[in-house]
Amino acid sequence: MRILAIALIAFTEAVRDRILYSLLAFALAMIGSSTVLVSLSVGAEGKIVKDLGLGAISLVGILIAVFIGVGLVSREIERRTIYTVMARPTRRSELILGKFCGLGLTLLINVAIMALGLLGLARLLEGRWSPELLPAILLAFVELLLLTAAAILFSAFTTPTLSAIFTLSVFVIGRLIGDLQTFAEQFGGVGLRVLVTGLSYTFPNLSRFNIAEASVHGVQLGAGYVLLTLLYGVAYLVLFLAAAMAIFARRDLK
Amino acid sequence: MLAIRTEGLCKDYRSGFWARRTRVLHALDLTVEAGETFGYLGPNGAGKTTTVKILVGLVHASAGRAWLLGKDVRDPEVRAAVGFLPESPSFYDYLTGEEFLTYAARLAGLPRRLAREQIRGLLEVVSLSGARRLQLRKYSKGMLQRIGLAQALLGDPGLVILDEPMSGLDPIGRKEVRDIMLRLRAEGRTVFFSSHIIPDVEMICDRVGILLGGRLARVGRLDELLGTEVESVEVTAVGLPASTVEELGALSLVPPLTQGERTLFRLRGELDVDKVLRRVLESGGRVASVAPQKRSLEELFLAEVRAGTQR
Repeated sequence: MRILAIALIAFTEAVRDRILYSLLAFALAMIGSSTVLVSLSVGAEGKIVKDLGLGAISLVGILIAVFIGVGLVSREIERRTIYTVMARPTRRSELILGKFCGLGLTLLINVAIMALGLLGLARLLEGRWSPELLPAILLAFVELLLLTAAAILFSAFTTPTLSAIFTLSVFVIGRLIGDLQTFAEQFGGVGLRVLVTGLSYTFPNLSRFNIAEASVHGVQLGAGYVLLTLLYGVAYLVLFLAAAMAIFARRDLK
Repeated sequence: MLAIRTEGLCKDYRSGFWARRTRVLHALDLTVEAGETFGYLGPNGAGKTTTVKILVGLVHASAGRAWLLGKDVRDPEVRAAVGFLPESPSFYDYLTGEEFLTYAARLAGLPRRLAREQIRGLLEVVSLSGARRLQLRKYSKGMLQRIGLAQALLGDPGLVILDEPMSGLDPIGRKEVRDIMLRLRAEGRTVFFSSHIIPDVEMICDRVGILLGGRLARVGRLDELLGTEVESVEVTAVGLPASTVEELGALSLVPPLTQGERTLFRLRGELDVDKVLRRVLESGGRVASVAPQKRSLEELFLAEVRAGTQR
């Protein structure tokens, strides 16, 4: 009940934030403008639109998750609105979960709008629906939830600016970790291998969630891969949220 | 039953590059009886807000313990029976007064129908029924304070904790808030409020505590702290000749204050009062008023602050 109330307020706040509409408009414009490139590539029209579209969903989703996510907790403290929330029988963990669910809902609606735009455009070009894009969209959404959890974790103990830097670092390292591992195995010395192994245990391997290329080119990764990646994402998400709750529970709301 | 109890409550804050520890609250032992209106008085930076924040679970105590209505403040459920108004409250700008109260009611765990009834009633109490559909960003400071009081009273709490409820308000706003507090007192609720506006404390409270530098300097009933003895008597006389004013000025504790026809004398005791009254009448003047003066809370407070500075 309390988590739901906090989530709905977080959602309302995000919806009233102009940055959300700018980003959404940017994504839809990006998907729409991809049709311009279609004329340059005979025979691969659909693929270009899908490729760019999935990229836009991911990029805009990440911007929403990071820039709204880092302010969820810290802005409440900064504006002192948190006092009346926490002076109720609210548990600190309920605030974290409520905020996460609120932004999760915002992302869900935004991803759904962008995905519908993309699928509709692809249908116009190819004359058929493209259900093969759905696993890629699903995993992109889970990646966004994971980054939201990371943003909330960092904002539970530091400033919004540092939280944004840390969350973007998680994204960059997470996306590169797979390539880094390959590079270290083939060319690196012992030091680099130990470092990369350490990083791979600490940061989630986000390249697992990026299956846009495979989906666009019709490569079937299988339900097993999608399910396993989903579980992998949920495990990290739970870990991040648990850490955020533990840190936030100890924090003084001065 | 005790509404509030603290035992050896301490709070340290860390600040600066080396995270140096500063103690802002020193072993605070405090009790507030149920049904009492307790004024928590102290200059800025005395530790009043820190105490309040520990009580409502916003800040963790570094040492010691605190209980509200017999339950440890670390248990979030204790706050179900407690209302809280923070200092200079700030709420969600884009919500209307009614939406905000609905949110607060949900957080308090009130059933929907009861919440609706209470919100309607409380908006009446704080005279904001007409502004219930207005966004909070359009509220004046006084209106924000009143909607804050309304949210604090949701759930019909037996204990209400208010942090500087009158601070920053104009005289009308202060009176409105004071009237609501008097109403709470009449309803038998426990009211604990911090303030540095002494006349308000003196007007409303059963008991006061004076906090100085994180330590409780004095605590007790107002009559115990201020005493019942008359400290001086103020006599106002009209139409006195200058020679009489000069003559009686020797008896006045402070130089007589003359404004037009009126002259005010502050006298030590009854004997001097008799003398002055007799001379006023003999010299053809008139007595306008005789007002016994007791020690004020302000005088006690300032004396404590001075003593605290010397210590």
